[in-house]
Amino acid sequence: MFLINCPYCGERDQSEFSAGGEAHIVRPKQPTELSDDQWAEFLFMRKNIKGVQLERWNHAHGCRKWFNMVRDTSNDKIHAVYKMGEKPPLK
Amino acid sequence: MKNKYSIFSLIKNAFSYHENWQRAWRDPEPKKEYDAIIIGGGGHGLATAFYLAKKHNMTNIAVVEKGWIGGGNTGRNTTIIRSNYLWDASAGLYDHALKIWEGLSQELNYNVMFSQRGVMNLAHNLQDVRDLKRRTHANRLNGIDAVWLNTEEVKKFCPIINTSPDIRYPVLGGTLQRRAGTARHDAVAWGYARGADAMGVDIIQNCEVKGIKRNGDSVEGIETTKGFIKTKKIGVVAAGHSSVIANMVDLKLPLESKPLQALVSEPVKPIIDTVVMSNAVHAYVSQSDKGELVIGAGTDAYVSYTQRGSHDVVEGTLKAILELYPIFSRMKMLRQWGGIVDICPDASPIISKTHIKGLYFNCGWGTGGFKATPGSGDLFAHTIANDEPHKLNADFNINRFVSGDLVDEHGAAAVAH
Repeated sequence: MFLINCPYCGERDQSEFSAGGEAHIVRPKQPTELSDDQWAEFLFMRKNIKGVQLERWNHAHGCRKWFNMVRDTSNDKIHAVYKMGEKPPLK
Repeated sequence: MKNKYSIFSLIKNAFSYHENWQRAWRDPEPKKEYDAIIIGGGGHGLATAFYLAKKHNMTNIAVVEKGWIGGGNTGRNTTIIRSNYLWDASAGLYDHALKIWEGLSQELNYNVMFSQRGVMNLAHNLQDVRDLKRRTHANRLNGIDAVWLNTEEVKKFCPIINTSPDIRYPVLGGTLQRRAGTARHDAVAWGYARGADAMGVDIIQNCEVKGIKRNGDSVEGIETTKGFIKTKKIGVVAAGHSSVIANMVDLKLPLESKPLQALVSEPVKPIIDTVVMSNAVHAYVSQSDKGELVIGAGTDAYVSYTQRGSHDVVEGTLKAILELYPIFSRMKMLRQWGGIVDICPDASPIISKTHIKGLYFNCGWGTGGFKATPGSGDLFAHTIANDEPHKLNADFNINRFVSGDLVDEHGAAAVAH
């Protein structure tokens, strides 16, 4: 459990948020053109990194807005929070 | 040669104050090369090594473990064993394991304290009733014992459950698998380690894998903290850290690793002689032979390798426990811990070859791998030895995520994913 600095609401308890998994997985523009392998890659395959990972989070019990996060999954330390559409800050 | 454990060896060793027991397994330095290497010295990995040696005559093999054997999820689970899964593929897999459990202490000459005290799954709403009845029928068609109990029968089987219709999620009934139960989790790792070691398997602890060496499409060996070890076959049984190993060869797996928590209470006199699980309110409880209540909580909903888990998850579980068992209201919880579980999108495991020759993965057991330990080891050993799956694990290949032929067991997995 940790605190998350929502870019819209400020620092709140992690239990107010829900995690949306790995960030920057772009939905295919032409789904009908995709092979089964590409679908599997998009739907299921994840890096599941132990270390610094880019993630999507949703302030589900707050402003309900989505945003991105740079978090170290080995110690739950949050390095940065940035809005949807923005590029991840350089490490 | 290992001395056999028996009542006579116990008496004999009592005369020397139990100071002369033989070492249960050696502590070897790694050889330069093995026929196969298992990464991960938990129950599943040690069982794999045991069956590779016993059934497939592969004795020039090693198990490498970054910590100590059984120190990961093998020592962190809630020791529940059952096979009442919905789909045919899962029923085959988990009941194969349960059948091995039934003779495991004799097979290993090691008391794993397997206790068939029954596992009861509770239903709290109409949909639960429908789902669990359907699962009972499916189980029986697959030859797995399962019965439906109504509310009175639930109360009779486990009298401390609050079956009042006035609670937030009343007990509308439940299913019971009598062959299910618990085992001593450490003993499973130790028993398999001793058995494998006796057949010549090297168990190398404090040896972390740092990289996998490849030559084109096949593996050549592993880089470890104890140096390079050559091998043509690598079986990865690294549970929550499976993706860490997979990332070494740029292989992506359909896994997310999350902390799963459990906790135990202060020890008390026998009060619950079975295992009761409730998926809907997320509470499951049993009592250890020491008298502690063993309580399983849920996973955190985000990726983390911290082996801790969040407080609110424990709080939610204990609220449900207290409503179902008001008698526990003044119990004190002694210890809480987390283990990192690797969860597949369909809540079923992967026991599979990969596109890299000689690289095999046994992972994705998520929140319920302990029960499958002997079966998992047996089938993974078969897969490694023959370079093709046994018919019981054929459906649990990695390619199911491409073909779409998933084994959706979210309903039968005890912990909501």
